[in-house]
Amino acid sequence: MSAPSLTPEIVLRTSPHLHSKRSVGVIMRNVVYAMLPVCAYAVYNFGISVLALLVVSTLSCVLTEHMFCRAAGRPSSIKDSSVIITGILLGLTLPPGFPLWMTAVGGFVAVGLGKMLFGGLGFNVFNPALVGRAFLQAAFPTAITTYTPAQATGRFLEFIPTSLTLPFMQPPVITDWVAKVRIDAFSGATPLTALKFDKVTTEIMPLFWGNVAGSAGETSVILILLGGVYLVARNFMDWRITASMLLSAMAMSGAFYLSNPTAFPNPLFMLFSGGLMLGAVFMATDMVASPVTPLGVWIYGAVMGVMTILIRLLGGLPEGVMYAILLANAVSPAIDNLTQPRVYGTKKKAEAKA
Amino acid sequence: MSLLSIFGGKRLQRGVHVPEFKEQTSQLPIRRMPFPPTMIIPLSQHAGAPAVAIVREGQEVVRGEPIAKSNGFVSVPMHAPATGRIERIALAPSARGELAPAIYLTPWPSASQEILYGAPQDIEHMTPEEIVKAVQETGVVGLGGAAFPTHVKMKVPEGKKVDIVMVNGCECEPYLTTDHRVMVEQPDEVLHGARIAMKAIGASKIIVGVEDNKPDAIENLRKAAAAYPYIAVESVPAQYPQGAEKMLIHVLLGREVPSGGLPSDVGVAVFNVATLAQIGDLLPRHQGLIERVVTFAGPALKKPGNYLAALGTPLRFALEQAGCTDEAAGVILGGPMMGPAISSLDMPLTKGVTGVLVLTRKDLESRNGDILPCIRCGACVDVCPLHLNPSRMGMLARKERYEEMETDFHLMDCFECGCCSYVCPSHIPLVQHFRIAKQMNRERKARERAKSNA
Repeated sequence: MSAPSLTPEIVLRTSPHLHSKRSVGVIMRNVVYAMLPVCAYAVYNFGISVLALLVVSTLSCVLTEHMFCRAAGRPSSIKDSSVIITGILLGLTLPPGFPLWMTAVGGFVAVGLGKMLFGGLGFNVFNPALVGRAFLQAAFPTAITTYTPAQATGRFLEFIPTSLTLPFMQPPVITDWVAKVRIDAFSGATPLTALKFDKVTTEIMPLFWGNVAGSAGETSVILILLGGVYLVARNFMDWRITASMLLSAMAMSGAFYLSNPTAFPNPLFMLFSGGLMLGAVFMATDMVASPVTPLGVWIYGAVMGVMTILIRLLGGLPEGVMYAILLANAVSPAIDNLTQPRVYGTKKKAEAKA
Repeated sequence: MSLLSIFGGKRLQRGVHVPEFKEQTSQLPIRRMPFPPTMIIPLSQHAGAPAVAIVREGQEVVRGEPIAKSNGFVSVPMHAPATGRIERIALAPSARGELAPAIYLTPWPSASQEILYGAPQDIEHMTPEEIVKAVQETGVVGLGGAAFPTHVKMKVPEGKKVDIVMVNGCECEPYLTTDHRVMVEQPDEVLHGARIAMKAIGASKIIVGVEDNKPDAIENLRKAAAAYPYIAVESVPAQYPQGAEKMLIHVLLGREVPSGGLPSDVGVAVFNVATLAQIGDLLPRHQGLIERVVTFAGPALKKPGNYLAALGTPLRFALEQAGCTDEAAGVILGGPMMGPAISSLDMPLTKGVTGVLVLTRKDLESRNGDILPCIRCGACVDVCPLHLNPSRMGMLARKERYEEMETDFHLMDCFECGCCSYVCPSHIPLVQHFRIAKQMNRERKARERAKSNA
């Protein structure tokens, strides 16, 4: 018996020679799996319009990334699956009856402007889905605030009339349609709109289960949390950001509530309503746009939680999650710089200089 | 004491759980490997100045006879691993890839191979200085892989006080089981070596740290330590890279070795268990280090095991003995997290080789994956045992901002444990980036020095 020559077959490379199985593709695909129950419930709650909405937004995002890669002459990066997350998230944050052609434009802007122009995965400063949504909010202010009732009759058979608006056309007014399909107790107003403009606070349990009006995927707190628990259990998500955002939002709205319980809603309502839960679990934790330092992630979450409540209670808009997250995205690099961990065996910079 | 050690017991908070792969060899007793037809003894098997050969070509030597002397304090002598004839003193391949001077020795098949050198010495009545000198004469260096001359660690620098001798039995690298077997089979030698070190250093306490995946080692050491009230054997939860001395000091004592400093700065001297076992065995007889236990492991070996191999055994011969198959695609010296892959089987086993891993193509390809941009997931920041920021340093390395990595992000503290590369979901070769950055910085400084001297 003789040892093999090991030439020319020998593999030479540098240590470490082992690698964990957790790769970008695995992480991204698991985030997609975690969002599927939320998507399923959104379709159940609002009907086939949401199904079309999610398909269009995802396809638009994927195609945009593919085209940008082709135009740049490099291999398509869609197989890392991160763009699918952007597509689904964009769809989940839009009103159920949002015109499909506008959704397609939103997907193009989200990925094109929010991601590819920065250099693709890893280089985007802002969460691409929210860039797309912010664009849509500025471009189509009426359509993006037109909400339809949850659990409308016939929602699996017919589209919400606004969904099928022809390209470059304004959507029709649907007040009459809403009056026709709504079941008692389900109004088209989202809980936050009802609060802002009518001073009506919705019960907690419907918010928790999700049978209320709102953006397609933001209504079911329980399913969003389940997705989050799955991701945290499999170590695909930074729970600290979510915890920090929710705790700070709770503390902030609690402070308002205690100062004047009649003028301000209770903290639990604030926590369960609107896009806070969806944002805290699936968008705030976007790895690319969040800090990496242990202290930084807590600060980052707190910035988003506090800003959300400030915009909701003191600003002109009923909902503040989107701008809160975008703002925190913008300051994330600064947070990172200011919270560099103390390296083992060294003193803090301030101490070292003193 | 760190806050966490109060709540969570003594454990390494950072680092990674790597698959251990130790079951292949952990229960295999130490066996002797036959002598090869030719031994190659490099003159530089340790950190510090290479030894100086004191034999001629053609000279006959006896097993255990000194064949090279130390060159200065940070240097150790070499001893003949077998009775035989010095063939030549010439260049031989080394793990670093370059050729280095070595003594070629042909063992005599008919010799008794009795170790005739050395005489008993009474350690009890030796002064610390005499012990340090005697340890240097054994040629023992750190057998955990660093190969730093052991006697240097036993000489406490002026103005420092070392009160604790720490015995490192973590062996946190996957596959390796040499320290494990030494602890199981030679616990008395390990503790004897530790007591010698304690006497030389003037310490008052011995702490043995062993990872809890080696319960039989812990049990045997505790039995052996029962007679000594100043020896504590601590079991710590397995976590890579706990065996790095700075990590183990922090886990067991909560003391933090300053950046750029040594364990003696915090009153500790750390020794590997196999090193101490050799000292405990060799010093009373005043003999030299001529063999060591090496783990041969990996899926491409038919006869893996823990072999007591003569120093200077060429790898090609050693792999034949361990039943290397044609599936072998890569050979790694040491553990898979930090060990270098080697390019030549004509290099010999040296004092610092803890193990030889022979991996198949499939094993090596488990690390394959497209290198994607950093997605700033922060996994590397969470695992870095030194609390460095590998993510940021990796981005700086891409832009070749090597100087900034050193001045602002403590590049030089990185000891290349590999945790960041191991967890990176984008498969960024972070450790390799850092190695290159360190080298570039060294070269830049050398250029600057040359310029200022000119």
